[in-house]
Amino acid sequence: MEQILNDLVLSTAWYYAMARGLIVIIILMSIAAYSVLLERKASAWIQGRIGPNRTSHPVVAWIPFVGNFLMKGGFIQPAADGLKFLFKEEPMPGHVRKFFYVLAPCVAIAPALISLVMLPFGQLPGGQIITLCPGADVGVLFMFAISSLGVYGIALAGWSANSKYPFLGAVRGSAQLISYELALGVSVLTVFLATASPDQDNALSLVSMVNAQTGAWNILYHPVAAIIFLICIFAEANRHPFDMPESETDLVGGFHTEYGAFKFGLFFVAEYSHMVIGSSLFILMFLGGWHILPWVPTVGTGIVATLLGLGSFFFKLFLFLFFFVWVRWTVPRFRYDQVMRIGWRVLLPVAVANLIAYFIFYAIKG
Amino acid sequence: MAIKVIKRRPLSFLEKTYIPQIIAGLHVTWQNMVRPPVTLQYPDERPTIPAGYRGVPTLVYDPNGREKCVSCQLCEFVCPPKAIRITPGEILETADNTHVEKAPKEFEINMLRCIYCGLCQEVCPEEAIWLQGQYSMTGTSRESMVNNKKRLYELGGTLPDSHYKWDKKKAEAEKQAEGHH
Repeated sequence: MEQILNDLVLSTAWYYAMARGLIVIIILMSIAAYSVLLERKASAWIQGRIGPNRTSHPVVAWIPFVGNFLMKGGFIQPAADGLKFLFKEEPMPGHVRKFFYVLAPCVAIAPALISLVMLPFGQLPGGQIITLCPGADVGVLFMFAISSLGVYGIALAGWSANSKYPFLGAVRGSAQLISYELALGVSVLTVFLATASPDQDNALSLVSMVNAQTGAWNILYHPVAAIIFLICIFAEANRHPFDMPESETDLVGGFHTEYGAFKFGLFFVAEYSHMVIGSSLFILMFLGGWHILPWVPTVGTGIVATLLGLGSFFFKLFLFLFFFVWVRWTVPRFRYDQVMRIGWRVLLPVAVANLIAYFIFYAIKG
Repeated sequence: MAIKVIKRRPLSFLEKTYIPQIIAGLHVTWQNMVRPPVTLQYPDERPTIPAGYRGVPTLVYDPNGREKCVSCQLCEFVCPPKAIRITPGEILETADNTHVEKAPKEFEINMLRCIYCGLCQEVCPEEAIWLQGQYSMTGTSRESMVNNKKRLYELGGTLPDSHYKWDKKKAEAEKQAEGHH
């Protein structure tokens, strides 16, 4: 058992690597699907409604008690929604630039899936890291590089749709993503300043970042950086209050107005994957990754500690996704000029000032 | 009247960061989240209909079981969307309410046309047509959406009567007839 687990996590054989990739993609996809459910349920609760509670399947309904619970909780709803996207007719509007129109959803979802390879989820009893790409030491750099490619999906979609609302959405979206990337990058520098020493080999790895948080979590030492990073991942994931590319009240559907069926589904999944990846990054960098509490990195030994660590990571992820939803149904959307003003005139200067303050602090501390 | 100038207070530093406001907003939505939902799960749960609700128009009997409509056709005349169609009829000589003289032979309200305005109830001199508690009319065909006389009485049932107009008339007529002798 332990041998298989070790092989699954560490082996470089192609079939193990494939299995690993498949498992992680399935997990990410189901988390993305169920965060849609979370979104629908939480929005319903906030608005005094009940939310999806009708979808069921005869086989599920046949299970006593649990079947009813699954129906009331709406747990079958993501499957129904996914199947709907899959089996709908694929419309191809006559006025679009066909090649780019088809390419855009793929370009949107690919970075989300690619940046998964660097995410560490937990630790095996032997200390090996559970991740798709063990031993890679450029974690954060790679994540930022790849996830910033996500803007191409939006830009391409808006441009190839050849119609004004998607175009406006794409222009807004690309401006926003590029602006907030700066503050995002600068804000995490302070964390690296604190955790990485010059003689360290894997200074940019997310794993060493998590390992540095066995005591206090980074959010306690870097609150300003954490807040800036938080705001920026909201913007990077195109979530309210920064959902400029979509802004369905003024742009119909934003950059994906002309899309339907499965191609729209891909954009949808990409958005939620960005949410999952942004939350994971925040958890790994500021909330101690798979450590259970500040100053309590692990509980138990051996496989129990591993499972508890994984559980802790995914529990934090769940809370964070809930926070995303909670904020969405609380804060109204900023105007486009406000978004730009916050990005350039507030977040970036504050991030730079924060970085300089930490420079000075560490220079004096020595 | 003196003009009162209200000073606009400049935002404090914390307010400019939006953060206390956002936290207050999150608190509000959280309170809403833990409150029980207000949704009425309609086909399973039915709303309580308040007294005096004006739903589907119906025909009623008086407490003695006499059909109150005398087919004067005022409602048919007043109905703005022309949803009502009455075929008037005579009351048989042998019936004990023969002094009322007329009753509808057929009474149809087309619920595809009805706009629930309540003018028929307002205009009725006999208080025979009432908009009552039923709020949902559904059917699988156009014909099934036309309420005929039988169905109208089924929906209407019996309502209390404070006048007993026709009983009084009958009593008066009998008294007068006695007086002559």
